[in-house]
Amino acid sequence: MKTSFLDFEQPIADLEAKIEELRFVQDDSAVDISEEISRLEKKSAQLAKDIYAKLTPWQISQLARHPQRPYTLDYTGRIFTDFEELHGDRAFADDRAIVGGLARFNGQPVMVIGHQKGRDTKEKIYRNFGMPRPEGYRKALRLMKLAEKFGLPVMTFVDTPGAYPGIDAEERGQSEAIGRNLYVMAELKVPIIVTIIGEGGSGGALAIAVGDIVQMLQYSTYSVISPEGCASILWKSAEKAPEAAETMGITAPRLKTLGLIDKIVSEPLGGAHRDHAAMAQNLRKALQDALKHVSGLSTSELLAARYERLMSYGRFKEQPVK
Amino acid sequence: MSWLTKLLPPKIKREQGAQRRSSLPEGLWSKCPSCEAVLYATDLEKNLQVCPKCGHHHRLRARQRLDMLLDPEGRFEIGAEVLPVDSLKFKDSKRYPDRLMEANAATDESDSLVVMQGAIKTMPVVAAAFEFEFMGGSMGSVLGERFVRGVQTAVDNGQPFISIAASGGARMQEGLFSLMQMAKTTAALTKLSEAGLPYISLLTDPTMGGVSASFAFVGDVVIAEPGALIGFAGPRVIEQTVRETLPAGFQRSEFLLEKGAIDLIVDRRELRDKVAQLLALLQKLPAAA
Repeated sequence: MKTSFLDFEQPIADLEAKIEELRFVQDDSAVDISEEISRLEKKSAQLAKDIYAKLTPWQISQLARHPQRPYTLDYTGRIFTDFEELHGDRAFADDRAIVGGLARFNGQPVMVIGHQKGRDTKEKIYRNFGMPRPEGYRKALRLMKLAEKFGLPVMTFVDTPGAYPGIDAEERGQSEAIGRNLYVMAELKVPIIVTIIGEGGSGGALAIAVGDIVQMLQYSTYSVISPEGCASILWKSAEKAPEAAETMGITAPRLKTLGLIDKIVSEPLGGAHRDHAAMAQNLRKALQDALKHVSGLSTSELLAARYERLMSYGRFKEQPVK
Repeated sequence: MSWLTKLLPPKIKREQGAQRRSSLPEGLWSKCPSCEAVLYATDLEKNLQVCPKCGHHHRLRARQRLDMLLDPEGRFEIGAEVLPVDSLKFKDSKRYPDRLMEANAATDESDSLVVMQGAIKTMPVVAAAFEFEFMGGSMGSVLGERFVRGVQTAVDNGQPFISIAASGGARMQEGLFSLMQMAKTTAALTKLSEAGLPYISLLTDPTMGGVSASFAFVGDVVIAEPGALIGFAGPRVIEQTVRETLPAGFQRSEFLLEKGAIDLIVDRRELRDKVAQLLALLQKLPAAA
């Protein structure tokens, strides 16, 4: 697959195009230019390193939405074995914006649940751009209860612009579906390991993101509202999205500093989309550590720690009332 | 114009505008935003801010709400010592601390939730009421902490918990902290449930976004006031997404009742009696006098 470059990657794109050209020339040339090619390749890697060393939150949010970024089903094949997708909420429909099912992680049975986006237009529509309706959250809930019944750890993968804002979604109780998940996840008697793999968009993300360990991929984002949404409400202009992204604090390092997530999972140079295999490798390692961490706890210890974590969210001061 | 008023459809904007006028102390007369009847302020007050002509439920302040619901004696406030901070140094067209100060000056409240321990017809309860006039009743860290302290007090004392929502959703100025309040408030309610104590959730105009999609709908009984706007996504956002006109009455209490999303709609004038009755039934207590 040809890498598609983002605006801020233009210098890398130009260089890569030049390398490609040279390779083409070399094929039917007597002169050996392989040295020149390898020099340029090194230069391109260095350029990527430089650009990626100082990404702005807005640039990161574009990376988080990169069309070639690995989605949940790209990881299930690489990290898990025996993945068996289970469908439907048993009440209304099967929501394709959330996938889930049984799988093995290093041989151990687990429940996998994640948002699913589509790559081309047809698939995007099929997956509703990764925006679940209530039946998606209810399917996730059903699978979590199933995991609880059989004592399987739950691993969730978060990647959504948000819950679907549609008439049908409202009619079927979008609010209730999300709220119910928050409630049940707070007391689910099996470990829940959450990874934000792309966009952690508001309540629609949180509805499968309450857990014992919450980790984020290096260039993923997690926010209460999209930068565009925030900008159009508070600045009255969606063009202020870069400012909103900056001030809201949506990137993994910032959220780690604020104590809202536990761990950042490194991405390959140039982002997860450049090398799905390497990304999956890093993520597998992180999941393994996370699982090891929670596996040592008894159910009551696990639930007490989860509750304590949930109660610790928030920043305020206390002053005696006058 | 606040971000919330911008979010609401024109009809509600009109209502809001009209209401603001009607709450002016010197305004002896006001016009009902729904039926346009000219109303005498004292009559409206006696009628719990419900239009005597058409039954339109005007918005209420948090303390008015608690005054109507709770017995006058034996109340005390929970969590008033918890106060907001600007942990992100958030600044849009205004600094967050300035917005907080303005809201404080306009409402005399320090944040958007007032929690009280008290009683309804001598039945002890803890009740949490949203102050919509304080930054659109938005949910931030202070709201979450006060809510949780209220629930904890209810659990510690073996009392039911009642929440009265009126909110535009999460408070963007607190970034992800505000989103996490959805999980925090909802999680606290699991303890109430473990203790076998009832949770009654009252949804009033408006209950939207992160508030709607967290504790509001997990009540043992979910009640709405007539005509309240209740939903996850704002009507304008939905209209922009689906590019069609929304059906009449969409996201109103009556629509939610029809769709099976809430248990019942209760007229404000009967609310105290109904809540007392429900609490007595759930707790197997004798019928209230």
